Parts: sequence; C-alpha cells; structure tokens
Amino acid sequence: MRFLFKTDYEDDIKLFPHSGYWVSYGILLALLLIAPYVLSSYLMSQLVFVCIYATVGVALLILTGFTGQASLGHAAFLAIGAYTAAYLQKYNVPFPVYFFAAGALTGIIGAMVGFPALRLTGIYLVIATISFALIVEEILARWESVTNGNEGMRVKTLSLLGVTVPRDSPTFYYLCLAVLVLTIVGTLNLLRSPTGRAFVAIRDSETAARSMGVNVALYKVKSFAISAAITGFAGVLFAHKLSFISPEMFTLQLSIEFIIVILIGGAFSLHGAVLGAIFIVMIDPFLTYLKDDVPGMIAGIAAAFGAGKATAGSIQSNVAAFASLNGLKGAIYGIIIVLFVLFEPLGLYGRWLKIKLFFQLFPLYKRATFKRQKIYVKSERNR
Amino acid sequence: MSYFRAENLSLHFGGLKAVDAVSFAVEKGEILSIIGPNGAGKSSIFNLISRIYRPTSGRIFFEDQDITEEPPYDIAKLGIARTFQNIELFENATVLSNLLVGRHRHSTTQLWQELLFLPSVRANEKMHRRRVEQVIEFLDLEPYRDKLISGLPYGVRKVIELARALCSEPKLILLDEPSSGLNVEETDDMSFWIRDMKSELGITVLMVEHDMSLVNRVSDRVIALNYGRVLAMGSPTEVQQHPDVVAAYLGA
Amino acid sequence: MLDFVQQLVSGVALGCVYGLIALGFVLVYKATEVVNFAQGDLMMLGGFFAFTFIGMMGLNYWVGFAGAVAAMALFGMLAERVVVRPILGYPQFSIIMATIGLGYFLRSIAGMIWGTDDLKIETPFSQGVLRIGSLVLAYDKLSVIAATMILCTLLWLFFNKTTLGTAMRASSENMLAAYYMGIPVKRVVSIVWAISAAVATCAGVLLAPITFIHSNVGLVLGLKAFPAAVLGGFGSIPGAVVGGVLIGVIESMAGFYLPEGWKDVAPYLVLLAVLLLKPEGLFGHHVRKKV
Repeated sequence: MRFLFKTDYEDDIKLFPHSGYWVSYGILLALLLIAPYVLSSYLMSQLVFVCIYATVGVALLILTGFTGQASLGHAAFLAIGAYTAAYLQKYNVPFPVYFFAAGALTGIIGAMVGFPALRLTGIYLVIATISFALIVEEILARWESVTNGNEGMRVKTLSLLGVTVPRDSPTFYYLCLAVLVLTIVGTLNLLRSPTGRAFVAIRDSETAARSMGVNVALYKVKSFAISAAITGFAGVLFAHKLSFISPEMFTLQLSIEFIIVILIGGAFSLHGAVLGAIFIVMIDPFLTYLKDDVPGMIAGIAAAFGAGKATAGSIQSNVAAFASLNGLKGAIYGIIIVLFVLFEPLGLYGRWLKIKLFFQLFPLYKRATFKRQKIYVKSERNR
Repeated sequence: MSYFRAENLSLHFGGLKAVDAVSFAVEKGEILSIIGPNGAGKSSIFNLISRIYRPTSGRIFFEDQDITEEPPYDIAKLGIARTFQNIELFENATVLSNLLVGRHRHSTTQLWQELLFLPSVRANEKMHRRRVEQVIEFLDLEPYRDKLISGLPYGVRKVIELARALCSEPKLILLDEPSSGLNVEETDDMSFWIRDMKSELGITVLMVEHDMSLVNRVSDRVIALNYGRVLAMGSPTEVQQHPDVVAAYLGA
Repeated sequence: MLDFVQQLVSGVALGCVYGLIALGFVLVYKATEVVNFAQGDLMMLGGFFAFTFIGMMGLNYWVGFAGAVAAMALFGMLAERVVVRPILGYPQFSIIMATIGLGYFLRSIAGMIWGTDDLKIETPFSQGVLRIGSLVLAYDKLSVIAATMILCTLLWLFFNKTTLGTAMRASSENMLAAYYMGIPVKRVVSIVWAISAAVATCAGVLLAPITFIHSNVGLVLGLKAFPAAVLGGFGSIPGAVVGGVLIGVIESMAGFYLPEGWKDVAPYLVLLAVLLLKPEGLFGHHVRKKV
C-alpha cells in the first residue's frame, strides 16, 4: 500500500495523485497508439465506436453523474451534431468549421433544453428529456428540405486540411481517440475547478449550494450545455463513421444505451464511462461469436464426452438455433442490466476498485467495505 | 444605522403565521441569539434571510442595502453565510471539496479557462486551498481532509458545516442550532469557536439555539420568540427572567 | 361536429388505455416510490396470456380474461420478488434501470415465444356498434371506457377506504416507520405489484380489439402512458386517468385536424408545456424539503 505525503497545496490540485498514474496511463496510451498496426480492421472499427460511445458517456456523466440531472435524451443531441455536420458538408464547409459549429449548435440547444428543465427533478426531468428526444426525432423525419426525411443523408468522406481521411483509416481512429482524450482531460480540469465543484454541490444539495452562493439555475444550464456540446462533437464523428445517417438511428433505444454505458461502467467515474463503452460496443462481436463458434464448441465437448455423432450434430444445430433466435440480444441486454443493478451496483469500475483493495489489504479485506446504505424513507421526493 | 436589520418581517403559510411582524437589528461584531419553543418561527427567520422563503411582507437590510429582493445566491455573495439545522452537506464529496464550495463566492475564473486549467485557474485554486487550510486549522479538522462526508460522524459534520460557512469569509454568519446533536464536550468546543469567530475573525453572529447554557456563555443579546412574535429582547439574563418568556417555556 | 364527437370518443377510449397503464405506474409509485418502466411490457405480457387462453386454448372470453389477470398477478409478484425487492431503498436511478432491464427481457422473451406477428383476440364487443342518431360508436371502444371507470373507482375505494389500502399509503410515506408500526411492508409491496400487473393485464386485454398485440406494443404504449402519469402528477389515481384521457384526446384530435406528423408529437408538446407551468403535474403536490 502506498502512502501519500503531501508537501504542497499543488498535491491536492494535480491531475493524478502520484507519479505511478503517469506510467500506467502512458503505457495505455502507447498501446492505443499502436493498436491500428496490430488489431484486425473489424476490431479497429469497434474501437472507434468505443471512443465515440465513451465520449458521449463522459458527456452524460457530467450531466447525470456530477450534476445529478437525469437525461434520456442524449440520442437527440448526438443526432443534432451528426445532422449539422452532414448539412454543412453539402455546402463544402471544411471539417474544423462544421465540427465546431456542430458542437456549438448542440451546446446552445442543450442550454435551451436546460432552461425548462430547471424546475424539474427526478422522473419529471426524465420524461421531459424523453419528450425532447422524441420531438427531435420527429423533426428530423419531417423537415425534409434540410434532413432529407426518412430517406436519410449520406455523409461524405472526411477531409482534413486537404487530406481525405477514410472512416476505416488509422487517422480517423486517432482523431476519435484525440477527441475522447481531450474530453476526459477537460472534464478532469473542470472537476478540480469551481464549476465542477458547483455541479457536485447541486447534485448533493441544491439548498446548501444556493446558500453558498452557487447560482443553481445558471450552473444547471451550463451543465446541460457542456454535456450537449460534447455529445454534438461525438455526433460529427458518429456521422462520419457510419457515412449514412437517418432518423431511426437516433431513437430512445440509443439514449438508453448511453445510460447503460455509465451504469455498467459505474461508480460515477470517468473510468466507468470508458469501461461501459467498451462493454456495450463489444456485446455485438460477442453475440456474433456466440452464433458462429459456440455451437461447434459445445458439440465438440459433447463428442469428447462420448456422445454419438448424430447426438452431437443435433446438439450443435439446437444450440445454433438458440443462439440465432430473434431478440436474443434484447434478452441478454435485459439480464445484464438487472444483474448489474442487483449484484454490482458500482459497475465494472467498482469491481476493479474492490479487487484492488482486496490485494492492498490482504488478508484484512472486509466485504462490507462497499456495502451501500439503504434508505427507506422518502428522501428523493423532497429534494 | 444598524449593521443588519429586519423590519416587520412576516411569513404566512395560508392562515398560519410562522413569522408575524418581527423586527430586530444586529449590531456589527455582536453575537445575537434567537431562542424560543419549537415552532416559534426561529428557523423560518433564517430561511427568510437566506431567501429559501419569500417574505409575505417586511424588509431586510444588510449594510444599509435592501436585500429583500436579492436572489438567494447573491445573499452569500454579499457576505452572509449560514449553517443548517439538519446538516446540508454534499454527502458524496470529500471534506476538502465541501469546504472549497464555500469558496465559491470568491471564484473569478471563467468556464473556458477552467476547461484548459490555465495558470490563472491554478493560481486561484492554490489561493482557495490556502484559505481553506486556515479554516481547517482554526476548527481542528486536519484528520478529515480527504474523507467522504457520508462516512463521518454527526459531530464532525456539524463542525464541517461551520467550516464551510467560514470558508466563504462571511461578514455575518447565521448558525441554525449549532449545538443540536452534539455532546457536552463538543458543545464546549462549539462555544469557544463561536466566541473566537467574533474576537479573532471579526464576524457578526446571529444564531438560533436551544441550549441555554451555550446561549448564556456566548451571546451579547438574546431575542425570545413565540408563535412568530417577539416576546422579549435584551441581555441573556433579562430575557430569561422576562415573565412572558417564562410563561412560554413553562406553558402557563 | 359529428367528426369531432367521433374523434373525441375514440380519443377517450385510447386515453383510457393509457390511463390504465398509467394507473399501474402510479400504484407502484405510490406504494414504493419505484417508477416501473416495465409497466407497458407487463400489459403486453398480459395480452399474450389472454391470447394464449382464449385464442389458442379456446376458453370462454371471460374465463380467459380472469385467467390472464390471475396469472399476471402472480407474475407481478414474482417480478417484484426477483428484481425489485433486493434493491428497495437504493437510489431511484438504480431501480429505474432495473425495470428498464426487466422490460428488455420481457419484450425479447415474448418475441421468442409468441413470434413477431400481430395477434388478435376475438371479444364479445368486437363487432357491435351503438348508433345514436347518425353517431356511430363501436362497442369495443365503449367497453374500454366503461371498464376504466369501474377499475378506477374500485382502486380509489381500495386505497382510501380499506385497511390494506391505508397500509399501502403508510408504507409509501415511510417504509421503516410503517414496518415498525407492524405493517408487513414486504407483503404490501408484493400485493401492490400484483395489483398493478393485474390492472396492466386488463388494459392489455381491452386493448386487443383496438390495436393488435405484438411484443413491442408495451414499449409504444408505455411511452404514451408515462407522460399520462406525469401529466396527472404521478401519485394520484384519478390524475393518472385524467392524464391518460388528455393524452389520448390530444393525440386523436391532432391526428385528425393537424397535418401528418403532429399526432405523435402533440402529446409531448402539451406535456412539456404543462411541466413548464406546473412542474409537479396537474394533480401533484409540491413537497418542499425542510431545512
């Protein structure tokens, strides 16, 4: 176990508590930088999606995790970013311009959503954000002169400073990675500044925050705007990655996926947002694997235990039929969410913290360390 | 003119007069206690001053400025800090960040500067951190700096709330039952701190309190309330011997 | 004018279905402060149960209806036991997520068992119409309205006049205190889930002649019923039904009088407008935290 001796106020302000972090994050970054030369193109493509989802996850974390304002409308912000990019691209606006224009526009719309949301809490806020997302979805489908309606829009290949960057090139991956890293660093900076602390203060007690001089309304709107703007940036990358966008890509389902990202990642930390993004993006390859390889493997195991050829064959086809059942993905989603809420409420990052603590304290680790307090009185209703 | 003044302050909930035409003044540098039975309207007065409630009628003045219509967050910016009866801390944050929120009224940095964490932000943060450390030292909170609030005992939380209010470098501090839930020893500490706040930091104190021994030890003047009305005003002994106050407490 | 009345009646009928689902939201919320995002899916499952009893096993409509309600009441208790009880007392957000997960699961399981086709139940009200002058009102729509009125009254009486109802209201205010006063809180919560699943089933079966039953019907209607509950103030039984009827009428009027596309958006626009003016809904109480 490492003990930290602080000798300067700087020690409480710096990004990482001690130098060990620079080493481990440096190694991680190096691995991510050489990834395009090592991994298959399919996995690289998934990695790009991980970057985009994690960026949105961090954005949602700022709003939901740190400011305590639930949102089930982030798919709409992503859509606004994506469509702004696609629309401006038609007029040959260069990438840096429409990238920042998309972020700015989404941020402004986020602030506009934030204003009516000021007086709402809990479920009322959830339903208000759902309503907003549904309305945006309908506008995208109907405003055909701009969005091309339900037929969707093609997104041209990204061109950065005169160089074309195809959506499966390493350069595009580096761009997404850079956006993610900058988002994370910006968020960390925010959290160690007055604004970030005001967000957390609003989450935990609006009354106390107000009495300490925090303009609660202003900071809630700021939080909405920042979160929306980051999501807008991610939307531009999302549009380029898919190269085609249409309204039915930005449904409530996607908003729920973003919430799942921070729930499964867990512990309301930036680590959690990234882990959650990895998890949700990797479900698809996992299911493909389930469909393609597992039936054969199970049949192989059955054969090894002395099952006849006919039996093994029928086992293989049964398992294959099960794995390719329609809607298996939904069921697995559902089970995963429920299991996480029931057994790992702190999420993947929480599990990692527990494992770390276990080895640090061995053999003195107590399971009750992470036990959560249950509250049986109506506290949330009176916030 | 008085330093802080409430004139004919009233707060009505429907037919219930929680505060009924209360007028009082606080002089600069004094410790004024408000006492009274449960439901007398003591905390309501605090909630009126910090603008959690909007007064039905009446006006509030601070440093000769009418603050009745100021938005709640500006009250703190004017230099009025408060604590709460049932502790309102930021549960899932460390003691240090709770205290730093107390510094909020002194923060001058802009959002874009904070996103980049420019040198000016860093310098400001160090300054805030130094000021917070002074308060930590003043209230002996050194062991708890990096602890989460949710894991701390009640007595410590009470002190942290006081510390958070002090971090905002207030001119006037409102203490809502500073000794409730504290044991004898902790109450003693609290009484020393309240007096030190006045003598060392020059802060004017307005407090609501039930513990008469604490009130006697620290107050310069006392106001007794019942049913939202002022019963008596004066030195601690005068007020306690006032026939109306005795009647209100004994239920005669 | 005739069109207007026609639209009004079908709007009210649709709204009653929303109201019934919203009633389920409100019941669970009142008793446990849990927002059950799987409420619509319970309705869907109830519809499929009824289809199995009536359409596949050929039982009498009323027997099948009762069977489906009973089966779903049991299922509601099961869902409560497995998913909700372990996390009672945790932050609202966790519980919302758990019920969203439950919803996913139920939808895809229903899709696996009953397939993805639209199913229809033959009911005694499927055909007939009531003619008043030149006004033609279908029995199936009137039956929905009547059933909603009856159910709503029964539930209101139950919550306000019976001991069990009082116990439920008590445990919703403060579970721990209710437990200390000798109220079997766990059983109360279990019963609430049973009732809300049963109400959802009624909605599902009554709905069957109007819209068909398919595995996503719960999601679609749940998304309409949720605004209904919020509009009514989330916690008020009459509020849920009024909210549902409002949403239903707005939707059907917008579909008839406004250009295409407004039908799906209008209820949400109205909802946002109401929330702007009255953040706690039409019948909700604004509770202030005491400091």
